[in-house]
This record gives sequence, C-alpha cells and structure tokens, in this order.
Amino acid sequence: MRLHDDLIAEDIGAYLEAHEQKSLLRFITCGSVDDGKSTLIGRLLYDSKMIFEDQLATLEADSKKVGTQGDSIDFALLVDGLAAEREQGITIDVAYRFFATQKRKFIVADTPGHEQYTRNMATGASTADAAILMIDARKGILTQTRRHSIIATLLGIRHLVLAINKMDLVGYEQSVYDAIVADYQAFAEVLPGKLDIVPIPISALAGTNITERSPETPWYAGPSLMDYLETVEIAKEAETLPLRMPVQWVNRPNLDFRGFSGQIASGRVRPGDRIRSLPSGRETTITRIVTASGDLDEAVAGQSITLTFADEIDTSRGDVIAAATQPPEVSDQFQVKLLWMSEQPLLPGRRYFLKSGTRTVSATVNAPKHGIDVNTMADTAARTLELNQIGVTTIALEQPIPFDPYTDNRLTGSFILIDRQTNDTVALGLIDFSLRRAANIHWQALDITREALAEQKNQQATVLWFTGLSGSGKSTIANALQKRLYAMGRHTFILDGDNVRHGLNRDLGFTDADRVENIRRVSNVARLMTDAGLIVLVSFISPFRAERQMARALMAEGEFIEIHVDTPLDVAEQRDVKGLYKKARAGEIRNFTGIDSPYEPPLNPELRINTVGQSAEDAAEEILKFLAWRGVFEI
Amino acid sequence: MLYSIGKDSAVMLHLAIKAFYPSRPPFPLLHVDTGWKFREMITFRDRKVKELGLELLVHINEDGVREGVGPFSHGSAYHTDVMKTAGLKQALDKYGFDAAFGGARRDEEKSRAKERIISVRTAGHRWDPKRQRPEIWNLYNTRLQKGESLRAFPLSNWTELDIWQYIRRENIELVPLYFAAPRPVVDWNGTMIMLDDDRVPPDIAVQATTKSVRFRTLGCYPLTGAVESTATTLDDVIQEILLTTTSERQGRAIDKDQAASMEKKKQEGYF
Repeated sequence: MRLHDDLIAEDIGAYLEAHEQKSLLRFITCGSVDDGKSTLIGRLLYDSKMIFEDQLATLEADSKKVGTQGDSIDFALLVDGLAAEREQGITIDVAYRFFATQKRKFIVADTPGHEQYTRNMATGASTADAAILMIDARKGILTQTRRHSIIATLLGIRHLVLAINKMDLVGYEQSVYDAIVADYQAFAEVLPGKLDIVPIPISALAGTNITERSPETPWYAGPSLMDYLETVEIAKEAETLPLRMPVQWVNRPNLDFRGFSGQIASGRVRPGDRIRSLPSGRETTITRIVTASGDLDEAVAGQSITLTFADEIDTSRGDVIAAATQPPEVSDQFQVKLLWMSEQPLLPGRRYFLKSGTRTVSATVNAPKHGIDVNTMADTAARTLELNQIGVTTIALEQPIPFDPYTDNRLTGSFILIDRQTNDTVALGLIDFSLRRAANIHWQALDITREALAEQKNQQATVLWFTGLSGSGKSTIANALQKRLYAMGRHTFILDGDNVRHGLNRDLGFTDADRVENIRRVSNVARLMTDAGLIVLVSFISPFRAERQMARALMAEGEFIEIHVDTPLDVAEQRDVKGLYKKARAGEIRNFTGIDSPYEPPLNPELRINTVGQSAEDAAEEILKFLAWRGVFEI
Repeated sequence: MLYSIGKDSAVMLHLAIKAFYPSRPPFPLLHVDTGWKFREMITFRDRKVKELGLELLVHINEDGVREGVGPFSHGSAYHTDVMKTAGLKQALDKYGFDAAFGGARRDEEKSRAKERIISVRTAGHRWDPKRQRPEIWNLYNTRLQKGESLRAFPLSNWTELDIWQYIRRENIELVPLYFAAPRPVVDWNGTMIMLDDDRVPPDIAVQATTKSVRFRTLGCYPLTGAVESTATTLDDVIQEILLTTTSERQGRAIDKDQAASMEKKKQEGYF
C-alpha cells in the first residue's frame, strides 16, 4: 500500500486518524467485453500507487507473455484474477478491488461485460453508489451499455459516469464524444429515478483524463475521472430514512437480559424512542443500546447493535424493529420486479424461498405480467423469465413480511428467491407495492378488534354448523333461520355445499381426502367471517367427527354451535329432493354418505333437531330461542 | 471459527466477541495446527483462549505427523497440502461443521478478490469459481445440500490497512512476532526464516545470525519470511507497512509455487 502521502513518514498517528475519517465510495465498472474496464481499474490502481513492486514485477512478466500491449504493461492482467479469465481475456465474475487516495477510500466492483454474466453485474450494482459505464469511442452506445444502465438504475444507482474510452483511437475528436453523449442522453430519458450523468472522455491505456485533465482534450472542461470519484456527493440517505432494524438474533446471555441484535438498515435510534416490532405490530420503548464498548446514546444506519425494550413484547429473528410513527407496511402479496439469475427459467406457480432482511419465507411466484426490454425499458410480453431477463410479476407469501417499496428503501424493499431443490439463488427482486395490506389489519388490530366488529353489529360472532344426511333439511332450515335473523337486523351469511363447491372448492371431488380438504377450507372461511363479527350458517353434510372437531377447534371459545339435523336415512331417502339417493343406489354416484360412505352422528351436539313432524320454520324458531338463550343476541 | 492466531484472526475474533456481547460467541474456535507454527503463537493462543473463556479445538493431521511430513524434508508445497489443506478438511469432517468462518480478505490475492462472503464448498470441500451464488445487497443465501458446507469471510472487504487501523483503534493484542526484536534468522531458498526450534537442518542453522526482524504474516515458521525492521510499536509497524514497496503475501512461499497457485489450492479446499 504505497500511498504517497508525506504524512505517513512525518506523523503516522495523524495520518491514520485522517484516513479513518475518509469517506468510502463503492462503485462498479461495467460495459462491453472489449471496452477496457479491467484496463481502467488497473490504471486507477497503478496511478493511485496501489501496486507493489513484486506485483509490478509479476505484471511486467505476464504482460510480455500473454499481454496484448506488446512490451507495454497490460493493466487488465492485474485485475482478471481467475486463470480462465486470463486465458480467455474476459472477466467472468465480479472482482472487488480496494484503493485509497488522500480524499477517499474506494471499493470497486469490476463486473463482467458478457451478457451471460448480467447477474454478476447486478451483484456488483446492488451495493454500489456510482457506476462507471465504459463506452468504446469507436463503437458508441451498445446493447450492453443500455442493459447495464437499466440494471444499475433499477437497482438504485443514481450517479452514472459515462467513460468514453479509447479516445486516443479516434484522434481525441470532440465530435465523436459529443455524438455519443447526445445518443446516451436521448436513451437516458427512459431510465428510472433522478440521475446524475457525467460524461468524461478518457483513454484508460494512455491515462488520458484519469487522474488529471489531459492536454489531449482541450475542449473538455469537466473533471478528471479521479476528481469526480473523489468528490461526488454520496448522500447518507439511509440515515435520513425512518428506523428499520431486521433482528438477526435474540441475545439472551442469562435470564436477566433479553436484547435484540442486528444491523440498522436505515434511520437512527436513541433510548426512549418509541418503536414498533413487525409483523406483530406491538409497540414499546427502547431502554438501552448495548455494545461491547458500552451503551450508546444514539446509533445510526450501518451500526450493529443490541437493543433492549421496556416491555416484554414478542420479537424474534426475522422481525423488523421500526420507528413507531413511521412503520413499514406488512403484507403477503406484492407486485415486484425480478431479475432472473438462473439457467432454469421461472416456473410460474412454483414455490421458492424468499429471503428479505433476516427472514426467509415460502413464496409462490405468479406468471409475469410483462417483461422489461433492457434496451428500451418498454414492456414486452413474457410468460416466464429466462436467465438475465427482467420482468414484473406478483408473488404471494405464506406469511406476511414487513417491507418498504424498493424506491423508498434499498434494504427493506429487496429480496432474493432461492430454489427449494438446488438451493441456488435464482432471482433478485425489488418490491414495487403490496397488493393488499395485511399490514394495516395487523397494527390496527390493536384498536379495531374482532370483538369491536361484532359489537358494531350488535351481536356475538357465531358459527352454526348444520350437519346431517343429504336431504335431511339442513339447507331448508338454514334458509328459514337466515330470513328470521335478517328480519331482526342481524348480520349473517350462509356457507353451503352449493355456493362453495362452485367456486372456492370446485377443484375437489368426493373422495375422503377431498371431503376433509373441503371441510378444512370451509372452516377457515367461517373462522374469518366470525372475525368479521358475522353469524355464519354452515350447511354441510360433514359426515366425519374428526373434521367437525377440527372446525370446532378453529373457532374461538364458545363460538361454535353444532346442530345435528337428525333425519333418519329412510326418511331422507324417501324425500330425495335432488334424486341423488336413487342415483347412488343405482351405483351412478360413488362415495355417497349413508349409502356407500359412512355418516358419523355427533355424540354431543349443542342442538339436535328432529325434522320428522316439524316444519323448517318451527325448527328455525327453536334455534332462534336457543341462540338468544346462549346470549348470541337479544330478541 | 477458524483461528490461525494471526492478526486477521485476532480482528475476526474481536468482532465476534463484540457482535454477540453480552453473550459469548456461540461457536468454538478451531486451530488447524501443522506442528510447525512459531512457539510464541501457540503460547499466545492458549493464553488468549483462556482469558476469553472460549472453547478451542486443535486439530493436527496425524497421518502427516506419522509420515514425518515437514517443510524441510518434503518441501513447502507438499507440507502445506498435507498439514494445512488436508488437515483442515479432516477437522471440518471430524466435527461435522457445516459452516466455518475464515479471515481471508479480497485484497490479499487475485483469486481471493472473486470469492464470495458466503462461499459454498462441495462435499469434498472444493470451490468452483464458476458456480458461485450471486451475493446481492446484504442478502446471503446460506442454504446447503446434504454434505455441502460453507465458508464465511466476514473480512472480505477489509484491506490490510483497515486491519491495522482497527487493531490500533480497538487496542487488539497481537502475537509479539509482529513487532521487531533481535531474532536468529537464516536465508533459506531466498526467504529469511527464523530458527524457532532445533528442527532446522544443521547445515542451514549453522549460518544463522541475529537480526532485528518482524513478520508481516504468521504461518509455519520455515515458510514465513521475516523482514528486517526496527519497528517495535504498532504505529512504527503501520508506518513501515505503508511505506513498503512489496505486498503482504510476498513473504509467503506457497503463493509462488506455480501460476494461479492460490486459485488452484482453493479449488482443492484450501481456505
């Protein structure tokens, strides 16, 4: 690290303290294969005196052996680290290089130019503040230039340097430079976000306009490349955003201490701050910011800390600690942009793992709404996404996650998809927005409870579960009861085989397994309706005790009323309103309850209704009285 | 956590202690000994681990010990392959670790510059540079197939200067070998090595002289080149490093064995 800085020799302590204060700029170089990226980076390292004598000796030897510059140094050899790359002369993977000047420290990701390595470029871009787009002055704007511009800006890079390279090969002609700049600016109209685009005419090989302005381009008045990199303002944007800290680990050294460890993704935090833990939506106050070097008065984005809470609220790995006044949304369905990074194309409808922050959940990816043409940003038709393709689609998660749109927050709006079989990282994703706001329910649940929703309707949420043979009179009684309830101003809904099997459960048949699934779905729908405060009349044969028990277990305590419509088989068969018994007896319908499939009568139903010698209206009246007695409502 | 006793290991361990505070790091340290480490390193290791109250696992390749493998008798390449690379694989298999932290940095060497922070190794601990998972933002994919393991390199983006600066800021204790002192040294195959014990062949040992030297990296003593120096304080050492004209790994014999040697070693499972 041969930094030519007199301070090193004079006062090493002062030098180190100054170095510690230098800001860090992360940037990427991207462009087409022969545009000279690696040469540029080699040049930057060389000119900032970052190359040691032993490295230089190796470089000189290698340059003569495999170099493309005759007896001159081939800077590209300094950077292309892998043996395969040196042989083929291409950069296949992202390589990170580090250098520092008197003003700044730099991490540069040298990203591959080949189209088949677009994903590697995106990798480099995801953590960069600026991008250097290499353009060969002889060739102008190419497909790759456009694609890389779009990927870089989609991933949130706002500072673009247009490094128009190999100016020495076009005689340092201003007209060539101007034409390329004009071309690019016309294209840049389609790029997302507010961009800072700075064109610089350079020659990486000759060193033109790299560290200082060169006499070869007297017509150029802008900064040298190094000047620009040293001075470009990187807004500490993350610190100004609302607090977000994904919990990495619950820190419990002993019974007296419970802290939440993680790295602050955005914002700042102080003891006394009100926070909300998501997705639970619980709020509490920060008591301490614990670190090994002592408690802190304040911590900001980028710091790794342990927080303690005033209240014992349920928070675990994967949850997000956020500013109570500006919490992220919580949702399980999103519109997203995906960049596909696997040779195996997207399989719409397939389940992948989704990792966002410190949380991994199961996700189903739907067919793309459309693709994005990386040359024009225009929408294209797409049924799937292939390697290196970008598209817009929707995803559904098994559990809701806290998030911000990517354009608001790079760390809480991003995710990766992982193949469940191969464990490969198959896509990167940017969240556009949620399709429904599970979030709002979660935190408003603190105010508007299910009890409040029932109270608003002046009733108690209840499931009336009518079970009995086909033709026993379940639906007739339920209909009669609903009319009475409606007339009384009660809020009700009927779920029966007919309305559910036509839509929600139309994929189910009548095998035992399908019947179980049928009941499981119906029970869950009924449960949601009770959460909404409704009186739900479920009219299903539901022949198995176990499934009725499952439905009962799903409901809140006391909200499940099992009504056995107890009509003997011979009576039901005699009625045979829909002619089904006849068909079953004839063998035209299989698995028919009571004929070739068993019916298990309830042992202790809340109510048993005898339909022999009693009309449906009388039965409804009987149930009504029972409900009033139970306190479901007042008559 | 792989613990090699060197300065990068010291920094990594310090970070782990800070990260888990007030708990202790919930994993043991693993030192793959080759039988040829500087004696001062071993003394330092044992004292440090005791002070911190951490669990230390030490593994040495017993097959190599039985064969009497050593750098003088077998050469640096074979010694490193048996005692370091094979020893490490043995240790990881023996304890069944599916993840191991290492202190490697991308600025050390060209093929390291392309290594991921989370690097997946096959059942045979091999590294395939063409099948690396993309690492986007700070989202690391740590899922493994049966038999696979991963190496995690938390210091990937640190430079040598960052390491020294952090040691200085956090007051991290180092093995005294990093600081200049009069030591018996001798030239062996162009590298100035220290006579750390009586296993140096007599014909070489006899030429030893005492010089004021220090070490930039620490490994097996016959394979680690000393540099002449009078830097006895941390600031002096950092100053010398910043003014030097050769790279850190220049003192390492193994990097020069063959072109692209580190990449090849890594593919074979070297850390």
